[in-house]
Amino acid sequence: MHAIEKVLARASGKREVKPGEIIQAKIDLAEVNDLYLQTIKSFYEMKGTKVWDPDKITFILDHYAPAPSIQAASNQKEMREFCKEQGIKHLFDVNEGVCHQVMVEEGLVWPGMILVATDSHTTTHGAFGALGTGVGATDLATIMLTGELWFKVPEVIKIEINGKLKSGVMAKDVILHILSKLGTDAAVYKAIEYTGETVAEMSIAERMVICNMAVEMGAKTSYIQPDEKIIAYVKERTGKTFEILKTDDDYEYAASYTFNVEDLKPQVALPHSVDNGVDIDKIKEVKVDQVFIGTCTGGRLEDIEVAARIIKNNKIHRDTRLLVIPASKEVLEKAIEKGYMTTLIKAGATFTSPGCGPCLGTHQGLLAPGEVCATTSSRNFPGRMGSTEADIYLVSPATAAAIAITGKITDPRGYIEMSGKGGEA
Amino acid sequence: MKDLIKGKAIVVGKNIDTDQIYPGRYLELVDPNDIAKHAMEGVDPNFYKRFNPGDIIVADKNFGCGSSREHAVITLKTAGVAAVIAPSFARIFYRNAINLGLPLITCANITEFVKEGEELEVTLSTGTIKNNTVTTEIQGDELPPFVLEMISYGGIKQYYIHKHEEK
Repeated sequence: MHAIEKVLARASGKREVKPGEIIQAKIDLAEVNDLYLQTIKSFYEMKGTKVWDPDKITFILDHYAPAPSIQAASNQKEMREFCKEQGIKHLFDVNEGVCHQVMVEEGLVWPGMILVATDSHTTTHGAFGALGTGVGATDLATIMLTGELWFKVPEVIKIEINGKLKSGVMAKDVILHILSKLGTDAAVYKAIEYTGETVAEMSIAERMVICNMAVEMGAKTSYIQPDEKIIAYVKERTGKTFEILKTDDDYEYAASYTFNVEDLKPQVALPHSVDNGVDIDKIKEVKVDQVFIGTCTGGRLEDIEVAARIIKNNKIHRDTRLLVIPASKEVLEKAIEKGYMTTLIKAGATFTSPGCGPCLGTHQGLLAPGEVCATTSSRNFPGRMGSTEADIYLVSPATAAAIAITGKITDPRGYIEMSGKGGEA
Repeated sequence: MKDLIKGKAIVVGKNIDTDQIYPGRYLELVDPNDIAKHAMEGVDPNFYKRFNPGDIIVADKNFGCGSSREHAVITLKTAGVAAVIAPSFARIFYRNAINLGLPLITCANITEFVKEGEELEVTLSTGTIKNNTVTTEIQGDELPPFVLEMISYGGIKQYYIHKHEEK
């Protein structure tokens, strides 16, 4: 069995599970964000009164942080009241940050657990050997009611990544490259395991990036076998005891792909699909109106660090604006402490409070018709960040920083020697 | 839930993501009737006017990719969509649709078989799709029994209420 199958077998009280089998699994943590008041509505519509276990539910107010409208404010108000009534202690309010960063920092994520959230990017937690998966509001409401959810046991695709990344090339470039080769439906209904020497070398934050974007290939979940780096990080954050599960030697993957990224160049995903990635040097001049560094894909400390190192002693181009939104309060505090914020603000950056920002087109930096945005976030679908007539280019934090200086799509190599990575999540 | 669904085909392309089905800027809405007014707005701002009750969306592969927003199903269902047929669906959209009682039929060659406005007839229990405009028939995948049972109750909410009452 694969380690993912072992997690599902244990959670469903079975000795063994097989791909395609439908099982009922016990959930270790259910997370609801502030887009989904429907979760509470569905809970009551199903005649729920008390949640199954208030300690295994968390509400994180991140998508509208802080509330941009009366409706969003009312939805958040109802969520706070629900948490109070139900005795849910893990309520993270609008000051805390993006759910996928907050849960990790708070020690709510550990190897071998099942984490279900009302957010598609819950695949991020495969970086910790957790089975993380996104669902809709009503699925989540059934967990609040019963503590369980039905799953079809997925087949697993193996993606092996080898080669030492060149300076100026980041995990985001790796995943955009893989997406451009495999496409947006390569892993629909399936799980993705990442392995190989590049993955072993990656920091925790970088592993979170490639797991995060597994969902852009349609994956149900992702997985990286936990190593010492992960175990040490998790032990520092949680008092939970956990067991590291391992895939059996005779496990047969549904498909295997190998990528050598040694000579990989920085990648840019052109509008309007995440699998439109090309080498940056293939792009002719594209002027950029807004650069966005942030989100559960690209707003961690080392992302902001890279941006600060590139932008230091420079100014943001006068026809471009740079938005920086730290993924969490902890990231924000460290960015202040290390001086990255001062550097970026002096150069002309706009900071807003930790959260999802304009990634999904709700607030804090939407795009006008005809505008162009380069972003470290994960999606460039039409209308994703505002007008359907705006163009979104997906890039790494290093590329985003170089663009902020020149006002057009720019290769970050030459702007920085990226040695001595921070390695903090 | 009816086993036989008849409706006019509305044909769309591949990789129609949830931002196109229901743009993010309307995610704060909670009333289904408000949500329905923005159905497919990311494809065309006036798209919802094209829907008539009972219509069947015929899409190319990977329909519903992207976010976990249940609004994407609520908007289509409330706008009157009776079923969606595509060669493949994104998994969260698939779960959301089954949970809310919107039938999805997976059919590999559906786009070659149907043109905009043609009259379709779908039998859910068998996955058979008839095109009554050009009198042809094609076989989609059968829905798993578990999914059929869920849809037969009208969705997971009714299913759970029923299970509660059984106890």
